[in-house]
Amino acid sequence: MTTPSQKAKTIERREFLRATAIVGGGLLFASYAEPLSALETWGTPAADFVPNAFIRMTPDGIVTIIGKNPEIGQGMKTTLPMLIADELDVEWKNVRVEQGDLDAKYSTGLGGPAAAFNATAMAGQSAGGSTATPTNWFPMRRVGAAARAMLVRAAAQTWGVPDAECDTTPGVVVHKASGRTLKYTALLDKAASVQPPGLATLKLKDAQDFRIIGTKVKGVDNHAIVTGKPLFGIDVTLPGMLYAAFVKAPVFGSNVVSANYDAAKAQPGVKHVFPVEGGPQLTGLVSGVAIVATSWWAAQKARAVLDIKWADHPTSQQSSAGFAQQAAELSKQPPQRNLKKDGDVDAAYMTAAKVIEAEYFYPFIAHAPLEPQNCTAQWKDGKMEIWAPSQSPGGGRNLVASTLGIPQTDIIVHMTRSGGGFGRRLNNDYMVEAARIAKEIAGAPVKLLWTREDDIQHDFYRPAGFHYFKGGVDASGKIVAWRDHFVSFSAGQNFAQAANVGATEFPARFVPNFQLDVSMIPLGVPTGFLRAPGSNGLAYVMQSFINELATAADKDPLQFRLDLLASGPQDLQDFSAPRARGVLELVREKSGWGKTTLPKGTGMGVAFHFSHSGYFAEVVQATVTRDGSLKVDKVWVAGDIGPQIINPSNAENQAQGSVLDGIAEALDQEITIDKGAVKQSNFDDFMLLRMPQAPLVEVHWKLSDSRVTGLGEPALPPVVPALTAAIFAATGKRVRSLPISKHDLKWG
Amino acid sequence: MKTTFKLNGKSTTVDVPPDMPLLWVLRDELNLKGTKFGCGQTFCGACTVHVKGKAVRSCATAISVVQGSEVTTIEGLSLDGTHPLQRAWEEIDVPQCGYCQAGQLMSAAALLEKTPKPTDAQIDAAMGGNICRCATYLRIRQAIHLAADLPRANATGQGKPGLED
Repeated sequence: MTTPSQKAKTIERREFLRATAIVGGGLLFASYAEPLSALETWGTPAADFVPNAFIRMTPDGIVTIIGKNPEIGQGMKTTLPMLIADELDVEWKNVRVEQGDLDAKYSTGLGGPAAAFNATAMAGQSAGGSTATPTNWFPMRRVGAAARAMLVRAAAQTWGVPDAECDTTPGVVVHKASGRTLKYTALLDKAASVQPPGLATLKLKDAQDFRIIGTKVKGVDNHAIVTGKPLFGIDVTLPGMLYAAFVKAPVFGSNVVSANYDAAKAQPGVKHVFPVEGGPQLTGLVSGVAIVATSWWAAQKARAVLDIKWADHPTSQQSSAGFAQQAAELSKQPPQRNLKKDGDVDAAYMTAAKVIEAEYFYPFIAHAPLEPQNCTAQWKDGKMEIWAPSQSPGGGRNLVASTLGIPQTDIIVHMTRSGGGFGRRLNNDYMVEAARIAKEIAGAPVKLLWTREDDIQHDFYRPAGFHYFKGGVDASGKIVAWRDHFVSFSAGQNFAQAANVGATEFPARFVPNFQLDVSMIPLGVPTGFLRAPGSNGLAYVMQSFINELATAADKDPLQFRLDLLASGPQDLQDFSAPRARGVLELVREKSGWGKTTLPKGTGMGVAFHFSHSGYFAEVVQATVTRDGSLKVDKVWVAGDIGPQIINPSNAENQAQGSVLDGIAEALDQEITIDKGAVKQSNFDDFMLLRMPQAPLVEVHWKLSDSRVTGLGEPALPPVVPALTAAIFAATGKRVRSLPISKHDLKWG
Repeated sequence: MKTTFKLNGKSTTVDVPPDMPLLWVLRDELNLKGTKFGCGQTFCGACTVHVKGKAVRSCATAISVVQGSEVTTIEGLSLDGTHPLQRAWEEIDVPQCGYCQAGQLMSAAALLEKTPKPTDAQIDAAMGGNICRCATYLRIRQAIHLAADLPRANATGQGKPGLED
């Protein structure tokens, strides 16, 4: 009988043999010094260990981990496997990550249906709301811990010792008392026959024991990205694949009346041209004409001869100028709804030392992810197979099922990497279009691709908003009255998507006399969630009016906020004033706020915002020349997203990207509605940030004793009001509407 | 119509309409997916390739124009992903979504050919035509500086994800 240590040696030697067999072939036996009996146990190659749907361990030491969520640039294809790998206790360099398809086994296999923040349930497969980190923090770690427990049991059984006497170092089970070790690779066979542990019994690592979590881990697709490997939806290629363009009406909701189908069909390479009947929902399949050809270029060229006539539609009466006029009228009338009323604002205005009023506006804006919308679909043998860059693949499958009458079980969705999301791909209009076209042509796979113009003119826009403020401060400089009449947009009886405001939006509950009123303009333009939805507009107006009140009170705007936060409830369930103060204090220290003497024309502005469970305070320094040209010099960010920064490299990247995204929105982005259609069409009139405009962004974290939360969004909102506050500090000019580029900033 | 050109060092002939953009010839005729479609109008730079060593927008370059020319795409920037810029991009962990990065790399490579040690201002000027919607600009700048300091021929062939030392 071999002793355990001899056995361990033998197993290590087996690995050697295996490696040698692959590379060296016939040299194997000649170079092997031990008795042949050791080889007899080698026999057939050891089996893989697949403890659950997420992990596959092979005898070569490679650990393959499934990234279950869509990757849109937020880094979850790296982050979620990090959580598994750390608890599994393997070296990250041995981990390979594969993208999972849409599959119930990734969301129901380990403890029931999706439930946000439930420590045992699995979250679904989507990318939105900065929720992937908080909803997966425990479940993904349990996936890794469960597999580790099986490997530990396999080793303990081998040694005939209790599990509790065993521990692991990366890739190795250790029996502490005897010092015996077994590599995971030697335990795969045995671990496969171990009963998986109950999730409730699993002990997760203490934070100080993390070896991967908390380190800078690079994006798992980086090498494929920098070498141009196919990764994205647009890169999908299938045998016999055709290409499609889909032409929709400029006016939202308008239907095809007629088109020159024959002329388009006569174009080189064109195989099919047909009308698609749409439904009334702009989030679903809408009316249009599909062109299918042997190349996308051919399909695209054939659009020119289609000559589509579109039906009249009431939305053609709508325009941005009209909305502004309606908003101004509504602001003078009693509001349609009251959302919150504390104290008595009117009485407070009477006794206030100073009362000010201001009107604010932010425009519609588009998402414009750089990869235009696309989707590949194949309808064959009663099954719809789909390859899609979607943030909500499950939602897409539902939409395809209900629109085309295909059972969910006959729809397969493969998730590709997305060239940006920003909320745009929470909608699956491109998916249902591709599936509809695939069903019509039947058999061949077809890749639908939109142009940039299609994308900018058929988005779900960040809704515009109009805010009419009146506020007052008392003689001590405290805010005593705040009223906001928010003129927003409706779809039916409700707020249009993402056009709502919550009754607790700050500074609600921190001002004794507070009133939030709403009126709505009916809207035929589709709206949707854009990165930090709601917050990306609300932070701008709320924080800007706080700045105006600080000026009225003759107070430092940063201290004014600290005082305001200290004056209200400190122990709210949904908002922590102490954490908000914490990031403000951190950004004050890091930016040198109030301690730097700046030249004339240069100013600093500050703002904070709480959204998506994250607290962010930001200081912007900007310079405006006398002739009005603006340069953002630097941004300091202080963020509190809980006790743990999972991947500091990605976290910094996300925070910097969010801040620069917010600066882009503020500087120069606007979607204009004219006769029910979007005027802008490409990156010459819808402006994204470019490198020369990008200031340094310094990111600092404040760790707090709270739960681990997400980072795709909350760093964005405060930079917009911090930037306009910096412009005020530099020039004395208030920027009460966006984009900033429409303002004359000349001074002196 | 047949067009013959040198693509990533190899003589290549395609039979496509003369006005078909090089972008779509690369992507859909030759199945090189690294060069990306972003705007179709030269505004975003996602489709940047080198023609005769110069960074050009392949979305607005008719295939007939490159007859007889040398064309380099991201797939040909190096044999094995070891161009200093590619190594620097990985080292700095530049990408977020990654969609624009091939175009960024091709513009940056053209810059370093002419200006081996560029200043921030030179980088901004050369890269201003390439949009990164995720706004990874700060890391792109950093990575170009790092690449400028890396030895050119020191091909490691590495590129596996790994913990930082």
